[in-house]
Amino acid sequence: MEVGQMQRRLVDYTKSLFMEGFLDSQFLQLQQLQDENNPDFVVEVVSLFFEDSEKLLNELTRALDQTNVEFKKVDAHVHQLKGSSSSIGAQRVKNACIAFRNFCEEQNTEACMRCLQQVKQEYYLVKNKLETMFRLEQQIVAAGGSIPIIEMSS
Amino acid sequence: MGMGMAAETQFHVLAVDDSQFDRKLIERLLKISSYQVTVVDSGSKALELLGLYEDEERNSNSASVSPYHNLRRDHVEVNLIITDYCMPGMTGYDLLRKIKESESLKDIPVVIMSSENVPSRINRCLEDGAEDFFLKPVQLSDVKKLKPHLMKGRYKEETDHQQFNSNKRKSIEEIDSSTDRTRCRYNDELDTDTS
Repeated sequence: MEVGQMQRRLVDYTKSLFMEGFLDSQFLQLQQLQDENNPDFVVEVVSLFFEDSEKLLNELTRALDQTNVEFKKVDAHVHQLKGSSSSIGAQRVKNACIAFRNFCEEQNTEACMRCLQQVKQEYYLVKNKLETMFRLEQQIVAAGGSIPIIEMSS
Repeated sequence: MGMGMAAETQFHVLAVDDSQFDRKLIERLLKISSYQVTVVDSGSKALELLGLYEDEERNSNSASVSPYHNLRRDHVEVNLIITDYCMPGMTGYDLLRKIKESESLKDIPVVIMSSENVPSRINRCLEDGAEDFFLKPVQLSDVKKLKPHLMKGRYKEETDHQQFNSNKRKSIEEIDSSTDRTRCRYNDELDTDTS
């Protein structure tokens, strides 16, 4: 596949992530912080997000598995996850966290466990999408091309 | 496009956040805005860097000319502090209070960041001396708002202390007064919210 085709494929793929609500404008903000002097900023920050999130998801699983669930603790973790997903632009994850926090407030263990499943699902989906996107970028760079800038009309 | 601040000394911003992720973000936002940046992960580390002694400041009402005489020798000069509100141990609010209560540090402008939009919290921070309050995720446009606060800080340094805080009070209606949301989730003890 030649570079032009790869670039088009990346653009289409990235656009679809926005269309389908996986990413929101906050992700574009992050891309604007990347430049020739910091060419890996987005990848680095997204990797941190993955690291953080997986830790939090494990904590959440453990916390909800207790006989006496400490909802304050659960809420604190969800709050953190909501924060980082919001900062990354992982819209669906953020929204799932918002729903989750409501049930924490109600101290509803069953509902919380369902929410956790939902959050995990959304997280792994967006992780997969982002990793695919980075792979496409790498292919372009390896072939000597440059990463096209996505123009999204607001 | 940003030009290098060649003629003036670069402003030095100290950023405080317990989240590694958020630290990376704020650092990038500040660097891309041409600030010199130091990032720490706790309020106590921030105070250490700023040169404040762990126990109460000595000679707080000393007649000494220099306001920095009671800081540790190896302290760092900082033009603005931007801190997360919700942190374990010392919250951003606690840090704000300590800085404003310090004779040597009180003129350093402080900005608070939080992912939660809680009017009573915002109000309290502004009332107690914070220059501004940013909602996370912090944007480049927010960081651009720091300049006037930094210029003000520099002006103060050059012309002796005056109170500027009176014109910074914003009164935001409290939407929900039933729960004490000024408490950060890490602190179970009530910060006495006397509003």
